[in-house]
Amino acid sequence: MSDVVSRSIVPDSPAALAPCYEIVQATLKRNDVKLVAYVPDNVFTPLIKNLHADKDFLTFATAREEEALGVLSGAWMGGRRGAVLMQTSGFATIPNALASLVVPYQIPAIMFVSERGTLGEFNLGQALVCRTMRPVLDSLAVEHHTITRHDELEFIVDRSIKQAYATQAAVAFILSPLLTGGKVFGK
Amino acid sequence: MPTATRPHPAASYDNAKVVNRFELTKRLVTKLKKDEAVIGGVGNTNFDLWSAGRRPQNFYMLGSMGLAIPIALGVALAQPHRHVVALEGDGSLLMQLGCLTTIAALKPANLTMVVMDNGLYQITGGQPTPAAGIADYVAFARAAGLTKCAWAADEEDFDGLIDTALAEGGPTFIAARIDDKPGVGHTDRDPVQIRERFMHGLGVRRAP
Repeated sequence: MSDVVSRSIVPDSPAALAPCYEIVQATLKRNDVKLVAYVPDNVFTPLIKNLHADKDFLTFATAREEEALGVLSGAWMGGRRGAVLMQTSGFATIPNALASLVVPYQIPAIMFVSERGTLGEFNLGQALVCRTMRPVLDSLAVEHHTITRHDELEFIVDRSIKQAYATQAAVAFILSPLLTGGKVFGK
Repeated sequence: MPTATRPHPAASYDNAKVVNRFELTKRLVTKLKKDEAVIGGVGNTNFDLWSAGRRPQNFYMLGSMGLAIPIALGVALAQPHRHVVALEGDGSLLMQLGCLTTIAALKPANLTMVVMDNGLYQITGGQPTPAAGIADYVAFARAAGLTKCAWAADEEDFDGLIDTALAEGGPTFIAARIDDKPGVGHTDRDPVQIRERFMHGLGVRRAP
């Protein structure tokens, strides 16, 4: 996630000055979510790099996003909390794993999706696949939040992770280009 | 796979005996003395696991075809002192071959994968998989970077391979050629009950 200019209403608070990826990392750590599986995306690059560098986390790539959901499910049943990072098009590969594993078994999977396909998308395929994401989440009644504001990031992620474990229900954080800068043509 | 207990030279797909999944599953379960976790893949692998004797450390997957090995990896990472076995079908693994590379990279010593290969999508009517008679799952595993991988020559050889995997650690990949006999019995299909019993079996949940 890029280090966007803060639009916090409390501009002098330390959290408001921290880049998004540091906020996500600190919030995961504070909630003991220390296993992170990912299929990468450009905007996750600094987060993935920092997670790999932080020995409190076990961070690794998987070949597919549904594979990461399987690993997270097993890890949580074994007592270890995890999260998955993926791109919009990766989300489109996981509805079966959500509908037949995560939701019916009540697995609190923590999902971060970097949003492609909107606010300046240059790839028609990304634009179309983006439109499938929220209807899939809604149809399965999976909690999801589209995060657009830096000053709301920590509150939404922290509270929603706590809710996910307390209620044994998955949550998806959709990180908007408004928050991350997204990916634009030529970059 | 180097082993002191293995009674046969390394088998290949071509000379491996065609054995029975329920027979192998019973043999596996008999060897589990330390509350090892077992993840049964979709369909017949978990039906036979269920029928081989209920254990609180068994997890039965009711959908999510291909995810038995990733789920087992997750359990293995969460509980490094407990051995975890994934029972998976050949068609299921074919859907998620990439997971073998993840395991080769992470090298969890407490993970054993058992793939039951009859070349069939048995539960949907016995249609052959695209890999049937063509692909070699042990060769897939080796190419993915796993070093401890073997075909089971026969039932006795399977026993030895499991003994070695449990005693020496892995990750270990074992494939067996199996017949087309259907699974024995049917798993109770209550996902939350399956998960709660499993978490209790893993010591994550308090006794009810």
